[in-house]
Amino acid sequence: MISRLFDFVSRRIDGPLMVALVLTLSLGLTVVYSASGGASFDRVLAQGRNIAIAAMALWVVANIPPQALMRLAVPAYAAGLVLLVGVALFGEVRNGARRWLNLGFTTLQPSEAMKIAVPLVLAWYFHRHQEGIKLRDYAVAAILLALPVGLVVRQPDLGTALLIFASGFFVIFLAGLSWKVLATLFASGLVSLPFLWGMLHDYQRRRVLTLLDPSEDPLGAGYHIIQATIAIGSGGVLGKGWLNGTQAQLDFVPERSTDFILAVFGEEFGLAGNLVLMALYVLIVARGLMIAANASTTFARLVAGAVTLTFFTYAFVNMGMVSGILPVVGVPLPMVSYGGTALLSMLVGFGILMSISTHKQLVSS
Amino acid sequence: MSSVGLALRDQRAELGIFRARLMVAGLFALAALGVLLARFVWLQVVQGEHYHTLAEANRISVVPVVPNRGLILDRHGEVLAANYSAYTLEVTPSRVADVERAIDALAQVIEVSPRDRRRFKRLQEESKNFESLPIRTRLTEEEVARFAVNRYRFPGFEIKARLFRSYPHGDIASHAVGYIGRINEADVRRIEAQGAATNYKGTDHIGKLGIEGAYEKELHGATGSERVEIDAGGRAIRALSRSEPQSGNNLFVTLDIKLQRVAEEAFREYRGALVALDPKTGDVLALVSKPGFDPNLFVDGIDPANWDALNNSPDKPLNNRALRGQYPPGSTIKPFLALAALSYGRRTPEQTIFDPGHWMLPGVSRPFRDWKPGGHGTVDLHKSIVVSCDTYYYGLANDLGVDAIHRFMTQFGFGARTGVDIEGELAGLQPSTEWKWQRFKQKWYAGDTISVGIGQGYWLATPMQLATAVATLANGGTPVQPRLVRAVQDARTQEVRELPVRAGEPLPFKPEHLELVKSAMIDVSRPGGTAARAAQGAPYLIAAKTGTAQVVAMKSGEKYDEKRVRERHRDHALFIAYAPADDPKIALALLVENGGHGGSTAAPIAREILDFHLLGKRPAPRPALPVEEAEGD
Repeated sequence: MISRLFDFVSRRIDGPLMVALVLTLSLGLTVVYSASGGASFDRVLAQGRNIAIAAMALWVVANIPPQALMRLAVPAYAAGLVLLVGVALFGEVRNGARRWLNLGFTTLQPSEAMKIAVPLVLAWYFHRHQEGIKLRDYAVAAILLALPVGLVVRQPDLGTALLIFASGFFVIFLAGLSWKVLATLFASGLVSLPFLWGMLHDYQRRRVLTLLDPSEDPLGAGYHIIQATIAIGSGGVLGKGWLNGTQAQLDFVPERSTDFILAVFGEEFGLAGNLVLMALYVLIVARGLMIAANASTTFARLVAGAVTLTFFTYAFVNMGMVSGILPVVGVPLPMVSYGGTALLSMLVGFGILMSISTHKQLVSS
Repeated sequence: MSSVGLALRDQRAELGIFRARLMVAGLFALAALGVLLARFVWLQVVQGEHYHTLAEANRISVVPVVPNRGLILDRHGEVLAANYSAYTLEVTPSRVADVERAIDALAQVIEVSPRDRRRFKRLQEESKNFESLPIRTRLTEEEVARFAVNRYRFPGFEIKARLFRSYPHGDIASHAVGYIGRINEADVRRIEAQGAATNYKGTDHIGKLGIEGAYEKELHGATGSERVEIDAGGRAIRALSRSEPQSGNNLFVTLDIKLQRVAEEAFREYRGALVALDPKTGDVLALVSKPGFDPNLFVDGIDPANWDALNNSPDKPLNNRALRGQYPPGSTIKPFLALAALSYGRRTPEQTIFDPGHWMLPGVSRPFRDWKPGGHGTVDLHKSIVVSCDTYYYGLANDLGVDAIHRFMTQFGFGARTGVDIEGELAGLQPSTEWKWQRFKQKWYAGDTISVGIGQGYWLATPMQLATAVATLANGGTPVQPRLVRAVQDARTQEVRELPVRAGEPLPFKPEHLELVKSAMIDVSRPGGTAARAAQGAPYLIAAKTGTAQVVAMKSGEKYDEKRVRERHRDHALFIAYAPADDPKIALALLVENGGHGGSTAAPIAREILDFHLLGKRPAPRPALPVEEAEGD
């Protein structure tokens, strides 16, 4: 009885990936506890609830076969696009950005769902045209990608747009867009940088400038970076110990339980802690790439690869911005930062990976 | 078959491309991680120490702990300046967007009077924006509670417990005790020049005047410090370590505050000054400058209305007349001139002159008039002092010459600061031929000397100088330096360190000459003397001399009519005395501005002081000092 229940629960769960995820999430909870002052469990419990919800979503998605997911791709994408347009028209403004859609009973951030829908629809498209992918197909894919990215950039939400773009780009890249085209695109991207710069909002430009020289504005935009850098640096090799980070506990680190949680972690656990966290991420990414490499259909391969690489992008962008080598964009540290939305989309992504990993025998037979 | 094979080959080729791309992406990711790792090593290993230092500097703030200011106690231990702790509400203007509006809102919660607002405005103009300035002082417990409830509405406002200075006797002895006030820019420069800037961290008041100003070093104490852990908002979380401040030393001053009060009240509504000394030690028993002011007004920042009132009053209450008022000493210097005459052999006690009521300088047609029309008849040295005969001294001054007078009088301290231990003293003026040449590039005329003979002309003295000179007469001829602080009590050991009495060498005149002058001064206060009425019935001997100083120079031959002269142009009344004459316990000099005659106005004031000091007798209430008919100079 119990073994059958266990089998029912774990049938579609990829063991190695799940272990790595559980370890990372547990690590995340201990840091959230410290980052919320180490005096109350409120945040930890709330994050535990977020994790529970996201884990259920993971389990549900893992139990959906990849073919079914492929059929969901287009409706999901279309729905997401409609909602994004809805946000642009009727969205709720918070902190100067129009990102939320108020449905009366709950608020929704449709851009988040696009991080999953975009790789799904692109993979679906390439899967449909796997017989011979032509340049025209890449162009179609580019349009499919550009629509949501453009809408999210306008909200404005650079961090999410960047991640949606990354997730789509990874599909296109993995589908085999020739190096020549890639190089051309890269070059033209460089050329158009001044124009992009002109399109950025003031605060976005300031973030980039601040990265180049944080001391320019030590109490304004540079404050976050300076204090986060001090926190991480002062952690040294072994860290100041859990709950003992002065920068974190005395409020010098801004957004310490969300986007800047790495500063808390780095201060309290030092270089050793950072190495452990990076090792966990490497484990997850490696397992994801393995699943992708062994996937049996084009759709599965592309989705698995893109989801894995997007996850890595998350981690890299966040760690880069908190340690001061990338501009500050609103990207959380995956599975560590406090917050439910990004966690949900991430675990749904891993659900897809697990579905791909555990359903392939059925497909190949 | 072939199509299937092709498809299989295609699939295999596609898989190959895909895996190659995956490999590239994986390598890329590894490279990115490598960059991150390098960054972490740089921050946490290479620069670790540096960032550790920065983090410590972030969280640790060294807060000065202000010492308690030393107390000021009178010679009997009565407290003249004390500290009390009270709540103040302070604002840091730089942290408030619209200070005016915030204060308006604050006025809804606790009372903010127009005076508070004016004072705050004045402070704001004088201070830097990031300084914490009091908007309300002395909050009641209820007000503190009411503010605390509304605190969230007032960022940048803070309740602080502070020590305040209080002067329980108000304007009594205000000129001697002085006051403390907020440190201004000039103070800051002085503190920095003394290298005491560290010791004044956190202190925002400093002694400005009087004893508070002069003994600032003793009173201030040593500032302690506390290492406090602070959060990003600058709020103190906990104390890490603390070095205790060292309280300032207590000062025992020479004043007798009861005597001081008697003296100030004796002046009634008159302006003027008085200095009473212990002739043996130079201890200042009372130092009066009327009108005074309430030093408590200055403690939490004086408001503009009070400041203007004090500053612009024609009575000049902020001017310390005892030290800074330079007046012609008038006839009070006659005993000194008599002593000079005896010492220099210019007169014998028996030598007489005939006083017809005026004196003629050879070659000058204008007569120098005696205060008494018709004169005093035959006058010897004794009588010249007792009746204050001007004619005697006209001739004497002419015989001595101004430089001999200068030489003799500077021994008594005329023309120089007495060196009393508070600041702001002026030197007066003891004229000489050299002085006149230096000052006006003019020759000294014989006529100049004649008015010096009755303490007029160029001669100016401060009440402090006069009192010191009287003390020297009283103690038998040893100049003593007047002092206001007698002893310093160490705050830590409670040990009382007596300050040395500073006395000069005894002056080289014969005791019998001094005896002659003294007996004449005693007779001044006896029937027939100019102070007889004021001294009537005193059970002790008073050696005294009256004086009158002209405010407006009279034309020769013009009869001085007191009633016709406007009050401010009336003569100053002077009086010097010591008592008991055979064993002097107190020597004093006083001046009543526009008081008229020394004998009628100044001498009764002195009598009240002597009675209180020697007999402990409080003066009987007298409504006002009458301006009596002239009974003598």
